[in-house]
Amino acid sequence: MQTKIDQFIQHLRKEWQLYVLLAPTIIWFVVFLYKPMYGLQIAFKDYSIFRGVAGSPWVGFEHFHTLFGSDQFLRALRNTFMISALSLCFGFPIPIFLAIMFNEITNQVFKRTSQTIVYLPHFISTVIISGIVITAFSPSAGIVNSFLSWIGVDPIYFLIKPEWFRPIYIGSGIWQEAGFSSIVFLAAIAGVSPSLYESAVVDGASRWQMVWKITIPSILPTIIIMLIIRIGNLLEVGFELIILLYQPATFETADVINTFIYRQGLQGAQYDLAAAAGLFNAIVAFILVMTANTISRRFSRTSLW
Amino acid sequence: MKNMNLYSRGDKIFVWINMVLIALFTISTLYPFIYIAAVSFSEGSAATAGKVVITPIGFTLAAYERVLSEPLFWSSYKNTFIYTFGGTFISLLIIIPGAYALSRPQLYGRRFWNLMVAFTMWFNAGLIPFFLNMRDLGLMDSYFGLIIGFAVNAFNIILLRNFFEAIPTSFEEAARMDGANEFQVLRKVYVPLSKPALATIVLFCMVARWNGFFWAMVLLKDEGKIPLQVYLQQVIAELSDDEEFGNSLLESLYSFETVTAAIMVCSIIPVLIFYPFIQKYFNKGILLGGVKE
Repeated sequence: MQTKIDQFIQHLRKEWQLYVLLAPTIIWFVVFLYKPMYGLQIAFKDYSIFRGVAGSPWVGFEHFHTLFGSDQFLRALRNTFMISALSLCFGFPIPIFLAIMFNEITNQVFKRTSQTIVYLPHFISTVIISGIVITAFSPSAGIVNSFLSWIGVDPIYFLIKPEWFRPIYIGSGIWQEAGFSSIVFLAAIAGVSPSLYESAVVDGASRWQMVWKITIPSILPTIIIMLIIRIGNLLEVGFELIILLYQPATFETADVINTFIYRQGLQGAQYDLAAAAGLFNAIVAFILVMTANTISRRFSRTSLW
Repeated sequence: MKNMNLYSRGDKIFVWINMVLIALFTISTLYPFIYIAAVSFSEGSAATAGKVVITPIGFTLAAYERVLSEPLFWSSYKNTFIYTFGGTFISLLIIIPGAYALSRPQLYGRRFWNLMVAFTMWFNAGLIPFFLNMRDLGLMDSYFGLIIGFAVNAFNIILLRNFFEAIPTSFEEAARMDGANEFQVLRKVYVPLSKPALATIVLFCMVARWNGFFWAMVLLKDEGKIPLQVYLQQVIAELSDDEEFGNSLLESLYSFETVTAAIMVCSIIPVLIFYPFIQKYFNKGILLGGVKE
């Protein structure tokens, strides 16, 4: 025992500089990410600001009972899964198509220009996205309603119609991220051996056949891994855009767990209840991510991280 | 593979359809930007009536004059620069040494420290505990709080650590022979060799800071400290409910739509200026190797 401690002290004497370099990072993680995990106990407490996290009395699973008896929370849970699942169905295949199509373009100038443009929205802030959506879909001023009236359809006040919220949200998500997400698949295509295509050309294969018989099978592992990651992050709905776009009239289809937490906790100051919702969210997300990682490890023999 | 002579007629049709589809997708990506720019330069009455399609109607700079005469616009623009450059600087100050230490095999408890960093990618306490923690630390409503509270994330550390690990030890041997300590090895050997990875991280941090909105909105109460994105959000929220704004505008040259569009254009321009630099780096696929341990 003594010798182990001695060894450690000797090690510290020799390598203390490394620990000086490491310290800010570890301190940061403890203060900003691990200390809040300790604060998560308010999910089981009757939290009051004056008594603080440690001093507030325990209430067991009361907040979870409240949550699962509340229509609002159950609605948020349903909406989270619905919005995620719909974004996955519509948003996931598009970057794959884009990557394959970019790869088939032979004119390099055209290819580079269009890539530059479709990657751009990824770097634009959520507030601007919401501003564009609000302007374009406005009942009187928006281009969408101008177009509708031009083809003889009555104007629609899109942003207060619950049935329009999800299409608009998912559509703007595709507009923002589809191009940038295609980079992963383009990188996978770049890794396909050129000799495969060369021998296909010798055999007289058409471009269409090469896409189906070479490109898609070659990038299938990447597609499956990306799909697993997406399913693992199913609960991660981009709630910032929702906060900026939803209104009480559209809560019915738009309110997700994180916007529920935001309203109850940060706007309504019901910290304990909102923390309970957050804890539930975090645990489900953790299980999903861990499952996804295990599956992908089995599938590809490489872990995601 | 790219031999033109081998193209059959079917292939030519395929290539053309492909080009047309990509062109359509590209145009629909670009169009909202053009639309917003056109609205920002239009007369308020034309924008409100929905007449703007692709070019400004009744070209005027009235919306910009109104935006640029607002002191809050300038202070929020200045604040965004503070958060962007201050935040990125602090991030590097913590991330570079941390990633270096985590990459060293002789670090005691290396597996534990690495797991401690990576665990936060899979589990986090959520909005409320984070918020209460910031409040308990007295970091509400301060430049420093917003900068330090979001300075580090696991992804950037792991990305840089992996890059450091991939650098052959032969590079540092000469420096070690000369008696360099860890600080000098990091500064003189590892940092210069890691420029592409560092550039990627700088760009990640800067883009995140420039666009950051949610926590700035939640943590900052003092109008003098808000960044541009929060200012824009407030303008959108206030003006769209404000009947008077609409009515008083009947005779003026700007409207709610043109004013918000003008702020959006002002906020996008720096991103466009930086964009070529950003693009240079993310094409190299550095992003992709990042998360593999």
